[in-house]
Amino acid sequence: MIVQFLCRAILLGVPILYGSTGEIITEKSGHLNLGIPGIMYVGAISGVVGSFLYENACGNDIEKMNAALAILIPLLSSIVGAVLMGLIYSFLTVTLHANQNVTGLALTTLGIGLGNFLGASLISITKSELPSIALTKTSSFFSVKAPFADKLGPVGELLFSHDFLTYLAIAIALVASYVLNRTRVGLNLRAVGENPATADAAGIRVSKYKYVATCIGSAIAGLGGLQYVMAYASGVWSNNAFGDRGWLAIALVIFALWKPSIAILGSFLFGALCNANNYIQGLGAETQELFKMLPYVVTIIVLIITSMRKKREYQAPESLGLPYFREER
Amino acid sequence: MKQCAIELKNITKVFGKVVANKNVNLTAYRGEILSILGENGSGKTTLMNMISGIYFPDEGQICIDGEEAVITSPKDAFAYKIGMIHQHFKLVEAFSAAENIILGLDEGKYDLKASTEKIRAISEQYGFDLDPEKKIYTMSVSEKQTVEIVKVLYRGADILILDEPTAVLTPQEIEKLFAILRRMREDGKCIVIITHKLHEVLSLSDRVSVLRKGEYVGTVKTAETSESELTEMMVGKKISLNIDRSEPQNVEPRLVVEALDCCDRSGVKVLDNVSFTANAGEILGIAGIAGSGQRELLEAIAGLQQLQNGSIFYHNPKTGTVEELRGKTPLQIRELGVRLSFVPEDRLGMGLVGNMDITDNMMLRSYRKGRGVFVERKAPKELAKSIIETLEVVTPGATTPVRRLSGGNVQKVLVGREISASPTVLMAAYPVRGLDINSSYLIYNLLNEQKKKGVAVVFVGEDLDVLIELCDRIMVIGSGRITGVVDGRNTTKEEIGLLMTKTGEEGEK
Repeated sequence: MIVQFLCRAILLGVPILYGSTGEIITEKSGHLNLGIPGIMYVGAISGVVGSFLYENACGNDIEKMNAALAILIPLLSSIVGAVLMGLIYSFLTVTLHANQNVTGLALTTLGIGLGNFLGASLISITKSELPSIALTKTSSFFSVKAPFADKLGPVGELLFSHDFLTYLAIAIALVASYVLNRTRVGLNLRAVGENPATADAAGIRVSKYKYVATCIGSAIAGLGGLQYVMAYASGVWSNNAFGDRGWLAIALVIFALWKPSIAILGSFLFGALCNANNYIQGLGAETQELFKMLPYVVTIIVLIITSMRKKREYQAPESLGLPYFREER
Repeated sequence: MKQCAIELKNITKVFGKVVANKNVNLTAYRGEILSILGENGSGKTTLMNMISGIYFPDEGQICIDGEEAVITSPKDAFAYKIGMIHQHFKLVEAFSAAENIILGLDEGKYDLKASTEKIRAISEQYGFDLDPEKKIYTMSVSEKQTVEIVKVLYRGADILILDEPTAVLTPQEIEKLFAILRRMREDGKCIVIITHKLHEVLSLSDRVSVLRKGEYVGTVKTAETSESELTEMMVGKKISLNIDRSEPQNVEPRLVVEALDCCDRSGVKVLDNVSFTANAGEILGIAGIAGSGQRELLEAIAGLQQLQNGSIFYHNPKTGTVEELRGKTPLQIRELGVRLSFVPEDRLGMGLVGNMDITDNMMLRSYRKGRGVFVERKAPKELAKSIIETLEVVTPGATTPVRRLSGGNVQKVLVGREISASPTVLMAAYPVRGLDINSSYLIYNLLNEQKKKGVAVVFVGEDLDVLIELCDRIMVIGSGRITGVVDGRNTTKEEIGLLMTKTGEEGEK
C-alpha cells in the first residue's frame, strides 16, 4: 500500500512539477506569472484538441494510429497553445510594462474560460452523453511502461512504472537546474531577474531574456496540463476537473526556494499531501477538505522560515514583479 | 615623454536648456593620475560619462591614443579599454563577486573556477583584498567598490575613471585605495579621478583639471599649485547679485543644537559632534558639498532622524521656556512652530504628493483639524488660492495636480505652505534649486520677510554667491562636521570654499 501511495503521490505531483519548473524559469527573469494556472489549462485543452483531431483522422481506430504521431501531435499542440499564452503575457508585461499581477490573473481567467469553451465544444461535437471527452487511445500511447518494471517488484513499480511524461518532467527540472546554475545563459538570466539595470549595463539583452524565459516557462507549464489529462485522468477531459493544480505549482516555487531540483521532491511531497486524506481511515468530509490545504500551509511555513533567515540565495529574485524601464539617455 | 591616453577637444554637451559642458579641452596621459576638480553641478560626471559611452557629446572630439574615437555605448568604451567606476555600484546583490565580474562577458566556455583564479591573480597583482566567492549583499561598501574596480580590470581596461571613489569610504579605506591607484599608475595605466576634496587631490594626483559651471578653467601640476589657487579656480570670482539684506533685529537664541551625532543605516557617521545656534531674526546659511550631512541635520531637528547623541534645545518664544526637541515626535515639533521645507533633487520626493492638487497638498498639514470624521476643506482651499496669488504660481487652478506644475512653481507651493503656518523656525533646503532668477528672488524676499518677523531662518544653499549676500551668518559643514562659522557680511568665497573642502578632522586642527 505504501508503494501505491507513493506512486499516486508522484502521479499527482508531476503536473505541479511542470508548472513549477516553468514558473521558476519565468520568475528568474523577474516576471511573476500568475497566469500559470490558465496556461496549464490551455496546455491541457490544446493537447486534447490535437489528439481529438488525430484520433478522428484515423477513424477512431487504434490500429491505424502511429505511436510517434499519437504522442507528438498532442505534445506539440499543447506547447503551441501554452506558448501563445506566454507571448500574450510577455507582450503585455515586457513590451507594454503592464502590471504583472493583473496581467497574470487576467490570463488565468482567460485560459480557464478558453479551455472550458473548447472542452464544451468538443463534447457537443461528439454528442457524448457524459460531460467529458475520452481519448483513452491516445492516453494508452503515453503510458508505456518499461518492460522490466514488473520483474523488479515494488522498486520497479515505484521507479519504472510511470508514463514517459513523468520522466520528462524530472529531466526538464534537472536540465533547468543545470542551465540556471552552471551556464552563462543561466547567469545572465538570473542577473536579469535580480537587477535588470546591471544586466543591461553588462550588455545583456534584457527584453529578449524576459520573452524567451516566459515563453519557455509557459511551454513547460503547458506540458503539465497535458500530463494531467493523458496520464492522471487517463485521457478523459471534463471541464474544471483540473482544479487548483496551477496555484499549487506557484506555491511550490516558493516552497522550492526557486530551485528546480528542490521542486522535484517538493512536487512529490505536495502530491502526497494532496492525497493523504484518501489513505487515512475514517475522515469526515470536512476534515478531508482541511487536508487539501496542507500544501499551502507548508508553503506559508517555508515563507516564514526563509524571511526570518534573510539569506538572499533562498529568496525571490530581487526585481521580481517590477517592470524594467531603461534609463533615458 | 608620456604617452597621451585621452584627449578631449572642444567637448560640448547640452541637456535641454542646461549646458552641462562647454568647450572642454582635456588631456590625460598613461602612467599618471589626473584629478578632475569642481563643485557639484560643474559637469565633472557628465564629461566622464561621455568618455565611458553613457552620453554622446553634442560637439567636439574624443581621441584615444591619438586617434579619433566614436564611443556610443559602454561596450564601445570597453573596446577602447576604458573602464568607469560609477558612484552608484552596478552589482547584482545575490551574486558572488566572481559572478558579478564575469557577467555579460563572452569568453567561450563558462568556467567559474578559471575566472576565480584570474580574479585572484589580478587581486594579488594590485593588492586588492577580495574574496571572489563572497556574496555582494554581505559586503561592505569598500568591498563592493573593489569588485567594481576588479570588474573593469578583468575586462582589460587600462584607462580607469573613478567617480568620487572616496565619498563612501572611511579614511583607512581611502588610504588603501590610494595605494592601489598608485600601483596602477606605476603599471602604466591612465587614471582619472573625479573629486571635490582638495587634500585628496594634492596627495594623490599628478595633475589637476578644474571645471566650473560646465566650463574648463585650466589644468595645473599638483606639485606647482596650492590649496588656495585650486579653490579660487574652483569657485571663481565673486559675482554681485544685489539681494536685499536687512540688519537683524531682536536677535535671540531660538534653536541651540549641542553635540549631535547621527549614523546612517549602514552605521557610517553622517553627523559628528555638530553644535550651533540658530537665532531669531537672523538667516543662518549652511554651506557644504552636497551630501555632507545637511539633509540629516535638518531632519534631525525636525524629528525625522534617530540620534546617537546630543540635544536640541528650543527656546519657545510664546512661553519663554526651553524645551528639548530630541525625543519629541515630528508632529509635536511641528506644533511648536519648527517648519522644514526641503527641496530634494527630484523636488517632489519630500513634502508634496505629485498626483494631488494644490488644495489637497495644503491639507497634508491640516487634515487633523477637521471636526469629526470629515476633513476641513475650506481653509486649505483659501490658502491655496492666496499662495497662487501672492507667489504668482503659474497654474490653471487650485485643482491642478502638483505634478503638472513646473519645478519652480512646485517649490513656491512647498515653501508657501510652510511659511503660511507662521513658523518660529523655518528651515529651507535648496529652495531655489532649478529656479529662474525672478522666482529665486521671490523666494529670497520671502525668507527675508520671515527674518523681519523674528523667525529663525536656516537656509541650506548651493550657490556661494547667494549664501554670502543673503545670510547673516554662514555655517560650513564638511563630512558631517562643522568646519567653521563665518560672518556673511565680511567673508569671501575662497574662505568658504576652503572650509567646504576640508574634512572635519582638518577643521579641528
